[in-house]
Amino acid sequence: MKIIACIKQVPDSEAKVKAEGGQVSWGDAPLVINPFDEYAVEGALQQKEALGGTVTALCVGGESAKDALKHALAMGADDAVLVSDAALNDLDTVGAARVLAAAINKIGGADMVIFGRQTLDNGAGLTPAQTARIIGWPMLGLAGQIKVDGGSVTVERVLEEGRQTVSAKMPVVLSVVQSIGEPRYPSFMGIRKASKATIPIWSLADLSTAAPAPVITRAELMNPPAQEKEVEMITGDSPAEIADKLADKILAEKVL
Amino acid sequence: MKTFVYIDHFKGEVQPASWEAIGLAKKYGTALALVFGADTDEISKAAFEYGADEVIVVDDAALTDYRAEPYASTLSALASSSTPDLILFPTTARTRELAAMSAVDLSTGVLTDLTGFEMNGDQMVATRPIYEGKLLEKTVCSGKPVMATIRGRVFPKPAREAGKTGTLTKGEAKTEALSTVAGYSASESAVNLGDAAVIVSGGRGVSNNPALTPPAGMDEKQAEVWRAQQGFALITDLATLLGGAVGASRAAVDGGYITYAHQVGQTGKVVTPDLYIACGISGAIQHLVGMRNAKLIVAINKDADAPVFKQARYGVVGDLFAIVPALTEAMKKKMGK
Ligand SMILES: Cc1cc2nc3c(=O)[nH]c(=O)nc-3n(C[C@H](O)[C@H](O)[C@H](O)COP(=O)(O)OP(=O)(O)OC[C@H]3O[C@@H](n4cnc5c(N)ncnc54)[C@H](O)[C@@H]3O)c2cc1C
Ligand SMILES: Nc1ncnc2c1ncn2[C@@H]1O[C@H](COP(=O)(O)O)[C@@H](O)[C@H]1O
Repeated sequence: MKIIACIKQVPDSEAKVKAEGGQVSWGDAPLVINPFDEYAVEGALQQKEALGGTVTALCVGGESAKDALKHALAMGADDAVLVSDAALNDLDTVGAARVLAAAINKIGGADMVIFGRQTLDNGAGLTPAQTARIIGWPMLGLAGQIKVDGGSVTVERVLEEGRQTVSAKMPVVLSVVQSIGEPRYPSFMGIRKASKATIPIWSLADLSTAAPAPVITRAELMNPPAQEKEVEMITGDSPAEIADKLADKILAEKVL
Repeated sequence: MKTFVYIDHFKGEVQPASWEAIGLAKKYGTALALVFGADTDEISKAAFEYGADEVIVVDDAALTDYRAEPYASTLSALASSSTPDLILFPTTARTRELAAMSAVDLSTGVLTDLTGFEMNGDQMVATRPIYEGKLLEKTVCSGKPVMATIRGRVFPKPAREAGKTGTLTKGEAKTEALSTVAGYSASESAVNLGDAAVIVSGGRGVSNNPALTPPAGMDEKQAEVWRAQQGFALITDLATLLGGAVGASRAAVDGGYITYAHQVGQTGKVVTPDLYIACGISGAIQHLVGMRNAKLIVAINKDADAPVFKQARYGVVGDLFAIVPALTEAMKKKMGK
């Protein structure tokens, strides 16, 4: 079983992200592997453990994204590839999908490509299905559980309305959600291995492809309006008295 | 301007933000509602009643179960032949996939989860939250048609006019599929947090009631889950009274107190109810990013220093096992129920 896990590097979710001079600033907060993509790596490792094979972590990003790939290696991925090129600064999701598709082809022979649900920074949740469409493989999205049986994969999709069981023949593209299981912590051995690993960097020339022109562009970046109201604490001598006052406050807000 | 509005439904239940999308489309011109599936008469009827000028229905047994590939191919073919300026969708798990794939077919792009939409001359400008809502961006799409998914409960829902009709046209289904649907279980008590006007949520605190004695024979973990279920019963009572849904923090989901479908936050759902009541939730950033756009936030927590109070309009420092049932009683009386 040859599995590719697609991961991105993003500012840590604890970071105080602000718009400064039209640019996104996250101060000195660390860049980390996109939290949703840790589930992708976890899902890939679970399949490797069940069936044997290898897991390759794949990322399109700047040089710094090597650290995110090293995190995947430390979790247990066998190898990693970074696609990095100065021409890739303004990628939209279709563009990212085109580059990922080219890299998946160059890696070759994959049975499964696993994605996270969405990125923390852009939050589009489009790249997995776009990649599937470009390479022409079935898309099994939002999997909470993955089972392989012979040449086909069955997943339980976690939808708003419940769980749906869907199957397709390999090779397939998957995206996974939290129900797949908590991402494992990097082991001591894993961290050592990752720190020594050399991660190949592929340019667009290596992929024999040009930089996709972005269709979606940002016109303006804004900080959300500040919250103007302070919290008002409701107190009283008994739960009933507090509840009575709180109920009046809620009703006075006319939100019901 | 000509807009396709994709009516997203699952087993006949329409995602209400589809109607909100019709309202948005009508503001700028004509709205052509797209209804895909099998036995869709009721949905088409509703689409007219919510203001669609035209309904294009693709009713085909092969489309009974939603699957991304045939739905995307059907949409792409319709868009190629009738060239809308804009295709709107409610933001759901399905539409993110469907729009994503169709955008590849049509060499355009998708603007997801919009909270704002305006015209700047001829150009459509969308506002959307990024970085978990820590920032907002205005984005434009240079492809045609522009594709956009709108966040639920942000744009006004048009009034429903019973009996209203319009032109119904039939479209052709593209049926080649790459996957098969084996089944569906609603066991995970269908929760639609995205569309709820009221959400009452519980966190790890719902298991913290030492006064409750679990049935004999339970180990410590089972007793904890049992306690949490008593806590969630109180939360459910309040939610039901207010016509709302039950939410949860990740700690409650990870603890096995309630299913993942209820989870609010970064790895769960981002919600925008009118009223959000957080009970026994500390207010970690990953939870706050999922609920901070609620119109009114109320927090009930034992700990006066819990960060959730910084996000709330009203706060109560107290035991949820006492406050929540008292609040249910008080609301019942005042609402005359
Ligand atoms: C990558 C990542 C993604 C995450 N995604 C999410 C997400 O989507 N959603 C999410 O919620 N979290 C998410 N988290 C987890 C988040 O960081 C917190 O751990 C989680 O939100 C804590 O849940 P909690 O508030 O219920 O529990 P705790 O932080 O343990 O808080 C419990 C609270 O209950 C109060 N309490 C206890 N007993 C009572 C009582 N009887 N009455 C009243 N109050 C009481 C306590 O004072 C405390 O404040 C994520 C974390 C990571 C790292
Ligand atoms: N630059 C990238 N490199 C590798 N994988 C990516 C990249 N961007 C997005 N992905 C994958 O696509 C998923 C969805 O991303 P998005 O569509 O941007 O929300 C992520 O969770 C990743 O698995």
